[in-house]
Amino acid sequence: MNHPVAEAAKDDSTYAAEEEARGLAPHRVGEVVMEVRNITLRFGGVTAIRDISFDIREGEIRAIIGPNGAGKSSMLNVINGFYHPQEGEIWFRGARRRGMRPHQIARQGIARTFQNIALFKGMTTLDNIMTGRLTKMKRGLVWQALWAGPAEAEEIRHREAVEKIIDFLEIQHIRKTPVGRLPYGLQKRVELGRALAAEPKLLLLDEPMAGMNVEEKEDMCRFILDVNDEFGTTIVLIEHDMGVVMDIADRVVVLDYGAKIADGTPDEVRTNQNVIDAYLGVPHE
Amino acid sequence: MGDLLFFFEVLISGLLAGVMYALVALGFVLIFKASGIFNFSQGVLALFAALTLVGFQTGQIPFAHLINAVWGTNMHHWSDIGGGHGQEGHGGLPDIAAIAATLLVMIGLAWLIVKVVLRNLVNQEGIILFMATIGLAFVLEGAGDLMWGANVKVLDVGLPSGPSDTIIDATGMFIEKIEISAAVVAVILVVALTLFSQYTKMGRALRAVADDHQAALSVGISLETIWWIVWSVAGIVALVAGIMWGAKSGVQFSLSLIALKALPVLMLGGFTSIPGAIVGGLIIGVGEKLFEFYIGPMIGGATENWFAYMLAMAFLLFRPQGLFGEKIIERV
Repeated sequence: MNHPVAEAAKDDSTYAAEEEARGLAPHRVGEVVMEVRNITLRFGGVTAIRDISFDIREGEIRAIIGPNGAGKSSMLNVINGFYHPQEGEIWFRGARRRGMRPHQIARQGIARTFQNIALFKGMTTLDNIMTGRLTKMKRGLVWQALWAGPAEAEEIRHREAVEKIIDFLEIQHIRKTPVGRLPYGLQKRVELGRALAAEPKLLLLDEPMAGMNVEEKEDMCRFILDVNDEFGTTIVLIEHDMGVVMDIADRVVVLDYGAKIADGTPDEVRTNQNVIDAYLGVPHE
Repeated sequence: MGDLLFFFEVLISGLLAGVMYALVALGFVLIFKASGIFNFSQGVLALFAALTLVGFQTGQIPFAHLINAVWGTNMHHWSDIGGGHGQEGHGGLPDIAAIAATLLVMIGLAWLIVKVVLRNLVNQEGIILFMATIGLAFVLEGAGDLMWGANVKVLDVGLPSGPSDTIIDATGMFIEKIEISAAVVAVILVVALTLFSQYTKMGRALRAVADDHQAALSVGISLETIWWIVWSVAGIVALVAGIMWGAKSGVQFSLSLIALKALPVLMLGGFTSIPGAIVGGLIIGVGEKLFEFYIGPMIGGATENWFAYMLAMAFLLFRPQGLFGEKIIERV
C-alpha cells in the first residue's frame, strides 16, 4: 500500500501548476492531510455511502455537495468517528486510522459543527467556547478533579485564546448569555467558535449556513474565508447553497445516492454533465 | 413555654430528618446534573454500600450462601477458613479499613456500570437510560442479597447513638446524637461537592456531557471517563447515606425505599441543584413533622406517609422546575 502523503508530495508540483492554470491560489494549498479511501457505510440493508474516495489538502476549503440523502452528513460522521464504515480506510496526517472513538479523533485535531446545532444550551457563550479548549488542556480531567492548583494558570491562558475567538467572530455582546436564548444565526456562530477553540487541523462544517438569511449567510461566509486565510485552517464544508459553494470552495466533491459522481474545482463541477443532471437539474426549454 | 419548647423540638427533629432525606437526594442530583440520567438505583446503591461495609466489618465471605450451596461447605466468615481467628473474632476489618475498602468497591462498581450498561446507551433518550437504572436497581438488590445475605444487620462505625444529654440538660429537648452527626456529615459533604464542582475544571465538562452527548464527544470529552467519575462520586454519597441510615435504623432491604422519599425532595429543590437538595430535604423534613404533630391529630394522623408527596404535587403545579432548578428554556 502506497503512503498517501508520499504519493501526494510526488505530484505536488504538477498539482500546483494545474491549480494555477485554473486561476486558484496554489501557494495556500499544501500536501494531503486526509485521504478517504473506498469508504462504504451501511445501515442494515441501506448503503449510505458506496465506495467513496477523495483527499483533503492542507489549507484548502473542500466542499461536499449533493442532493438530500446523498450521504454528505454520513461522510462527515465517518470522518469524525461517529460512524464506523464497514469498508475502506481513512488516512490522517500520514497514519491510517483504525477503530477510533469520536473523542480521540477530536484530540487528534478534528473539530466539527453540526447541521442541527449541538451546543450546550444551558451554558453561556463563553463556557461553550471554553469547552472547545478541553483538548488543548494538558492536565487531564481526572487530574483537574483531584487538584485544581496547576489547572488554574492554564485556565487563564485558555481564557485569553477564547477571548480572541470571541473578538474574531464579533460575539462580544453575547459573551455571558446562555446560548439557548440566542437566535439561530448567532448559535451557529458560537458553534463555529467552539470548533475553532480547539485550533483544529481539520475543521468540519455541516451546513453552516442552513436556515440563515442573506445577511447572516454573508457574515458566515466571511468568517469561514477568514478562518481559512488567517489561521490556514483546512476546512471541509457541506453546503446546500450552490452560490456559496462555488464562491468559497477550492475543490468540490459531488455525491449522489451515496456514490461520488464528480470531484474537482467549482468550475469543473459546474460543467460536469453528471452533476447537472443529478443536482442542478436539466435546463428547461 | 412548654408549647414553644415542643415546637422547637419538632422543628429540630424535622430539620435533622430532612438532612437524612437530603443525603439521598444529593446522589440523585449529582448524576442528573452530570449525565441527565435520573438514577432510580440511587437508593439501592446506598443499600449496597451499607451491606458491603457491614460485610467487610464483620468479615463475611461474599456469596457465602452460594458457595456453601454449590460445594456443600459451611463457611460464612473468613475466620471459618483454616480455623484461624482474627482480632475481631470473625476476621473482619477495622472500621477505617472497611470504609476504605467499600469506597474502592463503589468506585469499581461505577466502572462496571459504565462499561456494562451506560456505554451501550450513548446518545439514547433519557427515558431509556432511566429504564436502565431501574434494571440496575434490581440487579444491585439481587447482588447485595446474594453476596451478603438478606438478614437485617447492625451497622456500627462508632458514631454516637442515643439522645444527647447535653442538649437535654441545656434546653430540655430530646434530640438523637446520630441525627446531629448526620447534619455535620451532610454539611461536610455539601462543602466538598461544591468545591469539587466549582473549583476544579471538571464542572464544565460535566455540564457539557449532561447537555449533549454528541457535542461533548466532538470537543474531545470522553463520556466514559466523565460517567465513571460521576457514578463514583454518587457511589461515595450513597455510602455516606447508607452509613447514616444504616446506623439509624439497621441495614435492611427496605433501605432502598428511602429513594422514594428523595423524589418529593427533588421536586421541591429542583433536580439540578445541590443546595436545592438540601433545602428541599429540610422543608420536607420540617413540614412533615410539623404537619404530623399539629394538623395530623385533627385528620386522623399518619400524615407522614403522604405529606411529602402532596407538597411535591403542589410544587409541580406552580413551579415545575423546583425552587432552585434550572429554568427550562424553549425556543419556539
